[in-house]
Amino acid sequence: MNIIVCIKQVPDTNEVKIDQKTGTLIREGVPTIMNPDDKHALIEAIKIKNKHKGKVTVISMGPPQAEEALRESLAFGADEAILLCDRAFAGSDTWATANAIGAAIKHIGNYDLLLFGRQAIDGDTAQVGPQVAEFLSLPQITYAQKIELGEGKVKVERQMEEGYEVIEAALPCLITCVSEINEIGYPSLHGIKEAYREKEVRVLSAEEIEVDKYKIGLLSSPTSVKKSFTPPAKGQGQILKGSTKEVVEKLVSILKEKEIIGAF
Amino acid sequence: MNFDFTPEQLAIKKMITQFVDSEIKPYAADADQKEIFPAEQIKKLARLGVMGMSIPKKYGGAELDNISQAIIMEEVSRGCNATAVTMGAHASLTCHPIVNFGTEDQKKRFLPKLASGEYLGAFALTEPNAGSDAVNVQTTAIRDGDKYIVNGNKIFITNGGKADLICIVTTTDKSKKHNGLSIFAFEPKKTEGFSLGKKEDKLGLRGSNTQELVFRDMRLPKDNLIGGVEGEGFKIAMSVFNSGRIGIGMQGVGIAQAAFDECLKYVQEREQFGRKLHKFQALQFMLADMATKIEAARLLCYKAADIKDKGKRYVKAAAMAKLYGSDVAMEVTRAAIQIHGGYGYMKDYPLERFYRDAKITEIYEGTSEIQRLVIAAELLGRGF
Repeated sequence: MNIIVCIKQVPDTNEVKIDQKTGTLIREGVPTIMNPDDKHALIEAIKIKNKHKGKVTVISMGPPQAEEALRESLAFGADEAILLCDRAFAGSDTWATANAIGAAIKHIGNYDLLLFGRQAIDGDTAQVGPQVAEFLSLPQITYAQKIELGEGKVKVERQMEEGYEVIEAALPCLITCVSEINEIGYPSLHGIKEAYREKEVRVLSAEEIEVDKYKIGLLSSPTSVKKSFTPPAKGQGQILKGSTKEVVEKLVSILKEKEIIGAF
Repeated sequence: MNFDFTPEQLAIKKMITQFVDSEIKPYAADADQKEIFPAEQIKKLARLGVMGMSIPKKYGGAELDNISQAIIMEEVSRGCNATAVTMGAHASLTCHPIVNFGTEDQKKRFLPKLASGEYLGAFALTEPNAGSDAVNVQTTAIRDGDKYIVNGNKIFITNGGKADLICIVTTTDKSKKHNGLSIFAFEPKKTEGFSLGKKEDKLGLRGSNTQELVFRDMRLPKDNLIGGVEGEGFKIAMSVFNSGRIGIGMQGVGIAQAAFDECLKYVQEREQFGRKLHKFQALQFMLADMATKIEAARLLCYKAADIKDKGKRYVKAAAMAKLYGSDVAMEVTRAAIQIHGGYGYMKDYPLERFYRDAKITEIYEGTSEIQRLVIAAELLGRGF
């Protein structure tokens, strides 16, 4: 069972602060993390590998610093790591990113299962996984909360708003995972030492993965960000004090004032 | 001179910090108040390889450098000191003599089990009349054919009542004084003639186990004599304590950091005289002093660990790290209670626990006075 997991390094949005004057994110000094959903996909891949044998290869596209997220994947137990790092990739939207990742997966070849996180916490698009499946003409199952492997096929519980669907697909296929699929835990000291001393992060360029250069990067991206803005911060809540009767009267008058309820 | 961690050390720091915040710190108050031995936390640390951090890879350990071990000690101490001392007595005190002085047979028999956490370790030196005066050990081990017969008792032994492997310092020849000391490793749960004495009721570290060990004609195979040669015990014990001092220094730093973190949060929440506490310069000065002392203590520990990693003599550096780290633990936890005022004195807040936990760092693994003697001896060139 050869599994390829695609991960993204993202700014830790819990740590991101907003510049009150410009309304933009202050990225300086914000730590980067492996995108949480991607981490769940990685852990799932390692679980499957431990049960069914095989190999887990992790791919990330990003700047040289993304190596850290790949080393973390190796520490958790991934076998190989590939960083797609090339100025030609810069500014790629989801479509262009999917083209690069798809080409890299083709380049690696010999895979049974592709695992992605549902979506990244910085862009929240949830598009790259499905787009890679289209690029490779593979069946895709999104929002997986449980994965069971059978002979040449996979059975997946697909998370819905109320309940779940059970979907079966032939291998190879691409699955995007939600956080409910597993518990992440921690890499062991042995894992960390192996990741930094015995395993490698292979860096591949656009040329090496033989991707069509007109399908990657900023200029080839069909979508572009027109404007970023921060939603206004919610005001402070109001606490009403007094006896129940007083509080209810005040509440009703406020609601009327705001025209949330009509006059009786 | 380079003050940066390696990427590997950073990854270890990140992992252990997250682990401590979610798996250790939330249980610290209960461990203290209900005297709950941190068995679960130790099991989890073992699964991460932490209990085998000082053990070579070929015996199943993680074989970490000393800086990484110091990082782990600080973080675990920041979360829960009962857990930290349980871990330290195992990973530092018990593993050190076997790793560095054990015979190949002893390493093969004991280290894999200590590394995996299947065995919890303890190291027993202290007796009613031997502590700082280590040479005055009264527990005897008398050779009898292929065995040694051990008689005596040990007090204040961390993990004593929980351990699966205990290293005990005995005298095999009283007339030779420190040259007559010998250390044995034995499995208490499989050994006749061994029993547990009083379980101590302590000021701090209340979740940890501290117990008396009693030996009555306890027969140990001669193969359990660490290193296989009599009279090496004093040298081994001194090496154990030298190494352990970096850990205790870091324990002090961890406690102090935990107290400081609480203060930094508190001064930004609490208001008096219509202003947040952090607006008062008197408190700003206290915080600045606390942070400076913590950083200085931490750097002394890292320096000692670095010298040790480079294979050079680190006796003075380790003694300074321990002396200052424990001083800082006391000063900072005391100031932290002061900043919290009445709240700091109450058991609903962790400050009084930090204060109680800090005190022992000035006492065990060589009191502050012994550290000063060690430092002075190194300065004056007498050796120790």
